[in-house]
Amino acid sequence: MTALRRNLPAIVVFFTTLVLWEVVISSLDVRSFILPAPSSIANALVENWDVGYQIWPAAQTTFLEAAGGMVIGTVLGVLIALVISRWTLAGDIALPVAVAISAIPIIAFAPIANNWFGVLSPTSKMVIAAVLVFFPIMINVLRGLTEVPNSSLELMRSYAAGSMAVFRKVRVPNALPFFLTGLKVGTTLALIGAVVGEYFGGLNVALGRIVVQSASRLSFEVTWAAIIVASVVGIAMYLLIVAIERVAIPWHPAVRGDRIS
Amino acid sequence: MSGQAVVHVADVTKTFDVPGRGTMTALSGIDLLIGQGEFVSLIGPSGCGKSTLLRLIGDLTVPTSGTVMVNGKPAQQARVDRDYGIVFQSPVLFDWRNVEENVRLPLELIGTEKAAREARVTEMLELVELSDFRRHHPYQLSGGMQQRVSIARALAFEPALLLMDEPFGALDEMTRERMNSEVLKVWAQTGITVVFVTHSIPEAVFLSSRVAVMSARPGRITKVVDIDLPRPRTVETRENRRYFELVTEVREALRGMDGRVEADDAALDRAAAEGGIG
Repeated sequence: MTALRRNLPAIVVFFTTLVLWEVVISSLDVRSFILPAPSSIANALVENWDVGYQIWPAAQTTFLEAAGGMVIGTVLGVLIALVISRWTLAGDIALPVAVAISAIPIIAFAPIANNWFGVLSPTSKMVIAAVLVFFPIMINVLRGLTEVPNSSLELMRSYAAGSMAVFRKVRVPNALPFFLTGLKVGTTLALIGAVVGEYFGGLNVALGRIVVQSASRLSFEVTWAAIIVASVVGIAMYLLIVAIERVAIPWHPAVRGDRIS
Repeated sequence: MSGQAVVHVADVTKTFDVPGRGTMTALSGIDLLIGQGEFVSLIGPSGCGKSTLLRLIGDLTVPTSGTVMVNGKPAQQARVDRDYGIVFQSPVLFDWRNVEENVRLPLELIGTEKAAREARVTEMLELVELSDFRRHHPYQLSGGMQQRVSIARALAFEPALLLMDEPFGALDEMTRERMNSEVLKVWAQTGITVVFVTHSIPEAVFLSSRVAVMSARPGRITKVVDIDLPRPRTVETRENRRYFELVTEVREALRGMDGRVEADDAALDRAAAEGGIG
């Protein structure tokens, strides 16, 4: 009930926008290659759900590529953050490299990854997604591991706790909220990475391919349908992380939701 | 003074390097002997090094010269042997642990066997009257309750010595007085030796068996006042004539050492924070 009431304004605005959109398109007779009406997008979505462009199987493919990229990028990001937080020298070497990798425009890297890992293989898309996911994960986990209040470290020192105990009982739980923030940022980036990878070639049943091909045939209502499905996949991945967050860090102010009180 | 010395500070000097300002002497020529079961308060203006002295006893920082012995051992050995528990000004509770898990932390580190650990946690929570809040998280507790959890945690592994660094400085006056009585109750029940840093004269007099009055720049102990108020100390103690005499005595001992220290405080505090732990 409260969830409904809180989301009600957003829902009203959403549907009002849809109706206005529909009315404006039909009354001003806007051509569909400029902006198709919501009804024709919905129509294209239904018609191409599992036949024609096959949007639903394509969404599954793209999701798996993004999810695979999430896993690879997360594992690498966490590992490198652990190494950097432990050994200063490793940080001096790895951090500039990590920054350099994150500065590569992903559009420039995508064709190379397709070439290296096989243009028809989902691996190449996962690698592209992983490159995008890696950096926010690494930088967030690194902050969580190192930005520990001095008072907490003094407390552990008073107990003569070893560095392993400090790591397990202070640094890791301290890093958990940072890690989850990194994951949230990572979900959207992973999806972008997968779709961009698909732009530069791959099997046709993938959201990025549908966007390229439908646009080249001026079937923009299909293009829009694919874009909407892609964003729904992104939102679903994000909400999954939010759900994990509720279970994993119920004590954190961001989850408690009492920031104002 | 009764029994064996739990804390023996001999001719201790502590200097800090403050960037751009050269060397600052935080403590100079400190001698202090604290016997078993004593309750000793360190009082002085901010910047007098009272917290630094406490941190030296706890081996959270090391003296520039002189020796600090705890339980007849160098302070570092005493820390490694877990001879003391400490309560800071902020409770330093871990948000991700509930009340009982916070109290259990030192027992986990020591490797206390599980049944004994749970029994001890229950006992400590009864001592600080928080048994009904064991599953609460720190953010659900008031400041005073959080500090009681911190006290229970400091006492969990039965240390010989309890170090308290302005533990009630952030609490309102009413809560502070109630906490004072609770600390005395815990002290009476456990027979633990307490070193207590404060800048509140009434608090120091009410709690202590002795009050060490300190001056600043350089920090030194200028006077030690024996507090011969009868125990147990209660609300009536605060209205006792002798109590007012002792408050006056401590206040006069503190007088004449203020005014010139404030400017250096910030720099010294920063240096202390940075030099404290590597």
